[in-house]
Amino acid sequence: MAVGRAQRGVIEDSFLRASLLDFAWLSASTAGRNQTLMTDKIITSSNISRRTALKTLGAGAGALALAGTMPGMIGCANASDEPIKIGFQVHRTGIGAAYGRWYDRTTEAVVKRINSEGGINGRPIEIIAEDDGTDPKRGAEVVEKFANKHNCDIAFGTLFSHVVYGSAPRAGELAIPYFVVSEGHHVASGKLNRYTLQPGITDVKSQVEAMAPFIAENLGKKVTMIFPDFAFGHDHRDYFSAAFEAQGGQILEKIAIPPTETSFSKYFPKIPRDTEVIYHVMVGPAVLTFVKELGEFFGPSRPEIFGFIDSLEAVDLASPGLEFLEGTYFWEGNPRYAQAEQSEFDKVYREAVGVDENGASVSDAKDVSTYAHMFGCWETLYVVKAGMEAANYQGPKDRQKLIEAVEAMTDMPHSFEHPQGAKVFNGKTHQTFGHQYISKVTEGKLMLAHTTSIEDTLYEDEVDYTKMSF
Amino acid sequence: MDFGPYLFVASLEGAITAAVLALTAVGLSIVFGIMRVVNVAHGEFYMLGAVLAWWITSMIAGHPALGFWVAIVAAPLLVGALAVLCDRFILNKVNYDPERTIVATIGLLYVIQQTTLMTFGPEARPVQAPFNERIALPWFEYGESGFQMIWPWGLSTTTYKLFVIVAAIVILLALWFVMTRTRIGLIMRATQLDQEMAQAHGIPVNKVYALVFGLGAALAALGAVLVVPIQQAYYLMGSDPLLLSFIVVIIGGLGSVLGTVVAAVLIGMSDGIISVFFTPTLAKILATLLVAFVLVFKPNGLFGKSRE
Repeated sequence: MAVGRAQRGVIEDSFLRASLLDFAWLSASTAGRNQTLMTDKIITSSNISRRTALKTLGAGAGALALAGTMPGMIGCANASDEPIKIGFQVHRTGIGAAYGRWYDRTTEAVVKRINSEGGINGRPIEIIAEDDGTDPKRGAEVVEKFANKHNCDIAFGTLFSHVVYGSAPRAGELAIPYFVVSEGHHVASGKLNRYTLQPGITDVKSQVEAMAPFIAENLGKKVTMIFPDFAFGHDHRDYFSAAFEAQGGQILEKIAIPPTETSFSKYFPKIPRDTEVIYHVMVGPAVLTFVKELGEFFGPSRPEIFGFIDSLEAVDLASPGLEFLEGTYFWEGNPRYAQAEQSEFDKVYREAVGVDENGASVSDAKDVSTYAHMFGCWETLYVVKAGMEAANYQGPKDRQKLIEAVEAMTDMPHSFEHPQGAKVFNGKTHQTFGHQYISKVTEGKLMLAHTTSIEDTLYEDEVDYTKMSF
Repeated sequence: MDFGPYLFVASLEGAITAAVLALTAVGLSIVFGIMRVVNVAHGEFYMLGAVLAWWITSMIAGHPALGFWVAIVAAPLLVGALAVLCDRFILNKVNYDPERTIVATIGLLYVIQQTTLMTFGPEARPVQAPFNERIALPWFEYGESGFQMIWPWGLSTTTYKLFVIVAAIVILLALWFVMTRTRIGLIMRATQLDQEMAQAHGIPVNKVYALVFGLGAALAALGAVLVVPIQQAYYLMGSDPLLLSFIVVIIGGLGSVLGTVVAAVLIGMSDGIISVFFTPTLAKILATLLVAFVLVFKPNGLFGKSRE
């Protein structure tokens, strides 16, 4: 009997050890993501049926286009009192959650405003929001749901560039206009498709090209870059280093950090000692830790620091440990603190979204907004409104007309529709260009130090989407 | 940065990882050693410790240190109490059957994680350290004017980081004392050696199990409370410690507390040093590779006793 028990012990042990490893791998493969093996399986099996379904749908859509007629059912859905359905792809969970919360509030505010002004072509906007978990795979599924399940007119609102990369091809296949608010250079680079547009926010390439002369002239010529290790960070790495070297500067080191990282001290010793300027841009849930540890690393003898406000979006500048930022500079897409020369447009926009003069929620001073980015939702929906009105948009059959109407846009003056500032839209590259702001931390607040012109942000076209077929 | 100071900073970072990892992995290890339960929800108990620490510190007004000291006592106790309930109402009900406990704790993982997401939310939230002074560290170099002391850029740590290392050592020593020198420790070890025989001698095995499961979870929570002022509380923060704890427990030997501590120091230090000199990804690759080698050449782990 003793032998029997010992043997059982061995079997049990080897089973448990195998299970241990299984789960070690399981958690490794899902680390940082909110997924189970089970959902993976479900998703895989639905992939197959989705493909089949798509083929059928594609064939059907092709036949319809050839015949040039629309069945009565769709016509019925276009009755004038029907709302315009906008699928809102929102980062409610995952590493983009803080942005998602504020993109949500901004979208809610602008929809309320547009609807109170009579909606679009007399029809109200209805927002259908879906969480994409800041995950590219989920992003593509969400776009598909908008097109097939909810019958949305357009999809809108994605921020994180890897989610845009994951979703845009799907939007192209489903022929649903996809208005992203992402900052990535992916749209203007020509890597996406005719259905993907970015009319409400400027892209990283234009931002960093406008920053390079300021840094070279005012801060120093030897720069070490710290950036997140995914598409958005790589845009910074590639376009800033090129623009900065064109200014006669030198990039000493490029330090890439995974956006899911939670502890940063171990990366900082890579910063070369002759660094004159630290250029930092970070995203993810741990940005506050990132900046705090940067301060602890340097102590009182810091070099010049130039950051993209992404490193501190949704973070209170008065958090303990951030005192060292006094006197450093930040790029801001839109000044978080209400400035002395605040425009009436910003005043109205700020109030509509519910943001106080320090950039925090009016109901909770600790809930700091993503002010440098979220204006993009406001402006994009106004562009959609203008585009739909110009195209006399009636329903999904007019999607191509909508895209052509937006492509035809150029000047967007500083207005209630564009509270961040005037913009120039480039229909060929599907990308908008606008002013960039540089703020200096002064007495714990971001004070506007420099505003670039739109011309500073322009670069040569890399694509002409208008020549692509639908 | 020069090699010397660079290595020193790397070792300090590694020591902090090792300290927190040791606490978390020892919790996993005693649960497995005594109960033979593979607790897949261990990382979520860790995360709960951090989230509760945030909650407690934000409830208590006044000096930030006050909230922290309350949290470091209360959060592990609360998490431990929750784990005891889980043991009573879940693990006990499936008779500690190895397969079913694994499935049950996977379920628990998602219940805890999603409940946290629904209540605490998807944001990372900071907890202020009770004290946090930056200490610049000197370095000695043989320069032009002979042997001299220099203060290299970035060679520094903080008082709180040093405190984490010391606190982890003290807690582990206390745990060792309890396990080897007290009556409750004796009872636990007796249950580990032979559960049936222990029961025959009048040891309330079910109560011991509940206590051990609570203790394991509380240790994870304690590790998290210690680390949360350095990192932040976040609902997905449990997955990395879970993976590393499994790696450490397998390398150290299943159920061996000493082996777990040694392996935690080994993995933590190498993680810190490799991350600094190369990349954090390489550190994870090497740790996982080490697990594979241990399983192939020394299946019972470095310190595990063969059961044959």
